[in-house]
Amino acid sequence: MFDTLSDRLGQTIKKLRGQGRLTEDNIKDTLREVRMALLEADVALPVVKQLIDAVREKALGQEVIGSLSPGQALIKVVNDELVNVMGENAVPLNLATQPPAVILMAGLQGAGKTTTVGKLAKYLKEREKKKVMVVSCDVYRPAAIKQLQTVATGVEATFFESQVDQQPVAIAEAALAAAKKQFVDVLLVDTAGRLAIDTEMMAEIKQLHSALTPIETLFVVDSMTGQDAANTAAAFGEALPLTGVVLTKTDGDARGGAALSVRVITGKPIKFIGSGEKSDALETFYPDRIASRILGMGDVVSLVEEVTAKVDHDKAEKFAKKMQKGRAFDLNDLKEQLEQMASMGGMAAMMDKLPGMANIPEAAKAQVNDKQFVHMIALVNSMTPQERRFPAILKGSRKKRIAAGAGLQVQDVNKLLKQHQQMSRMMKKMKGGGMKKMMRGLQGKMPPGMGGPGGMPGM
Amino acid sequence: MIASRVNHVIRGSLAAVGLFSFLKRQKDRRASDGASEITSDAATAAQTSVEIRADTADTQLVEASVEPPPEHGIDAGVEVGLEAGLGKTRSRFRDNLLNFLLGDKPIDEDLLEELESQLIMADVGVVATRKIMSSLGASVARSEVGDSAALGKALRRELLALLKPVEVPLEIPDQSGPFVILVVGVNGSGKTTTIGKLARQMTEGGLSVMLAAGDTFRAAAVEQLETWGARNKVPVVAQGSGADSASVIFDAMQSAKARGIDVLIADTAGRLHTQANLMDELAKVKRVLSKLDPTAPHETLIVLDGGTGQNALAQAQQFHDAIGLTGMAVTKLDGTAKGGVVFAIAESLGLPIRFIGVGEGVFDLQVFEAEPFIDALVDVGAPVDVA
Repeated sequence: MFDTLSDRLGQTIKKLRGQGRLTEDNIKDTLREVRMALLEADVALPVVKQLIDAVREKALGQEVIGSLSPGQALIKVVNDELVNVMGENAVPLNLATQPPAVILMAGLQGAGKTTTVGKLAKYLKEREKKKVMVVSCDVYRPAAIKQLQTVATGVEATFFESQVDQQPVAIAEAALAAAKKQFVDVLLVDTAGRLAIDTEMMAEIKQLHSALTPIETLFVVDSMTGQDAANTAAAFGEALPLTGVVLTKTDGDARGGAALSVRVITGKPIKFIGSGEKSDALETFYPDRIASRILGMGDVVSLVEEVTAKVDHDKAEKFAKKMQKGRAFDLNDLKEQLEQMASMGGMAAMMDKLPGMANIPEAAKAQVNDKQFVHMIALVNSMTPQERRFPAILKGSRKKRIAAGAGLQVQDVNKLLKQHQQMSRMMKKMKGGGMKKMMRGLQGKMPPGMGGPGGMPGM
Repeated sequence: MIASRVNHVIRGSLAAVGLFSFLKRQKDRRASDGASEITSDAATAAQTSVEIRADTADTQLVEASVEPPPEHGIDAGVEVGLEAGLGKTRSRFRDNLLNFLLGDKPIDEDLLEELESQLIMADVGVVATRKIMSSLGASVARSEVGDSAALGKALRRELLALLKPVEVPLEIPDQSGPFVILVVGVNGSGKTTTIGKLARQMTEGGLSVMLAAGDTFRAAAVEQLETWGARNKVPVVAQGSGADSASVIFDAMQSAKARGIDVLIADTAGRLHTQANLMDELAKVKRVLSKLDPTAPHETLIVLDGGTGQNALAQAQQFHDAIGLTGMAVTKLDGTAKGGVVFAIAESLGLPIRFIGVGEGVFDLQVFEAEPFIDALVDVGAPVDVA
């Protein structure tokens, strides 16, 4: 989502390059461009004004002196100010209370509350090892309760039944009682979408809040929201003691200005961003990293973290031991890696997080085809255990059989073998260092285990 | 015959019913829209709307809004609603961006800058705002515009010139097969709700309607549409979650043809316009439909959340590139969002705006008219008292 904003700021700041020093004049032009870029990115006007004023003040002050170049200095000032506005550090969910910790969701219609509840439930279950219950207080929209039930089943969270003829507050109280009885750690309460100017509905959510005394009250906001984000955030912030914000639908190409607006207006941290339709597409929001991403530096740290979280640790350890013993990297290992890769959302999801990707044309990105993983896995699946362990025995007729088994061509088998050879060569080089070294190698380039930019088919 | 009827109905829904929807109490609306069964109360309310529309469709807009015919049994509760409704209308106007132009302030830099800011805060966008401002600036320079009130009128003219061309209501011609409306949009823009309201308005207009549950992805989307179908007594063709969207809609088309249905409205899963595969899926839906009727879909309607900022332009553009849109509905305009991005869309795509959603009630989905829409942004010259 932040690509376009990155592009735009990149263009603007590039114009500054090659100039000797920052003067009030050239800063003025550039800042006007930055202002326009931020407005086009849907950052609310009052917030833009505030940001520009702060940047101007700092850029003209001492902080510029001693920097490498004026352009870099300005990038740094804008970056620092973005970080300053977004907050320095990631703020985790606060669950430190006598269980059940209640999390109340609030937001406009269609912001993505129910989907977020599902993703949060999964996150809390898997990452925080919590026992999670979800309940819907949306008695208005048709099939809203059923939607949450389906989502909850999908992520294997306990679903507390509610009916459309019940009062939302009654539902909430019953759910809270049940959560206590069942020793649930976290109770997630979904609510109906409501407009901030709908006094009756705002009163209702206030009642819900006082009945539940949630430890977290999260405001869910669509990242594509325009200038109205400021009004809405202000109104929800006044009505409810919000504790955080969830920014949804960030996998589109919206410039995400709402993130800045909501952060500034509510003063509350953005805790999570929703980044896809799958139930695990929920990420912790790191303000400092996002600021870098806006400026086109990539979000390598987020990527590394995601990789470490999702790579199955037991498997990784086993793998590392195998490497240290010096046993050959066989096709079983290749398959495991491919599967892990696929479970991380495939190449496309990984590429989004790498630096400089904003400059690669969409057409080139589209060539990265996750289907190839599926094909490669299918090929390995069509081999006998012996073939997997000793790829060298693969000759014409075996290859033909394997290709037929996977529904592919013999040349695909050859491609796979070539790939495997390249990778095993690389693995030999890494012997001794093991997984740790490999993880370190992730910073700044494609994971070596995945073959690197040259080794991936289709790249 | 059908054509004139529907035109009449859909146009009428703004003139009479649209305004009446403001009169209904919030609570009543919730009761009639929120409960899965239609309670007798709600049914009466619905019945009342029908009568009102039948009676007033031919009368003047202003009359209809000011003096509802007494024989519809409007009770005290509705009186309260009337107050609230007008309050809602007024506050929409009070918030609007040109109040400060009333009076005859001299035109200076500050005034123009303030005006620019207000346009931007209504989501009109930087590029469109600059265009509008430079054209206004030219008028000022030519001394055609002397004071702030005249500036307001000039602005209204500018905005109207942008939106008038896209004020094209949806017309349903008399044709042999079903008129197919394919509804698309990003997640959470209000597609299913819009379909539910549209189905109800069309049924009451005397058309037979069928719904196709093409959103086979999102949890309980099929149930949501089925609830709307049951509520409006409209058949819904569904295959359950996870089915192929194109195949559901194909089935629905076959069935609609066989049953001689007038209008088939096909729901689709919300999708971000950046997801190429999902856009291809829509293209497939379109391809498959054209096998049964080469002219189908007759209307490809994008539903846009009125709160969306400049990204709405990218949404409209990319959906248009992928499947060729023929109309647009802008929802959720009953909040503080102004939906100013439609100016940019109107200019770049010229896409007709068919409907706007200004509330949760069934008849709060109104036929788009440029002038009231602009009046909600600019009150100068509007026939509404601003206290």
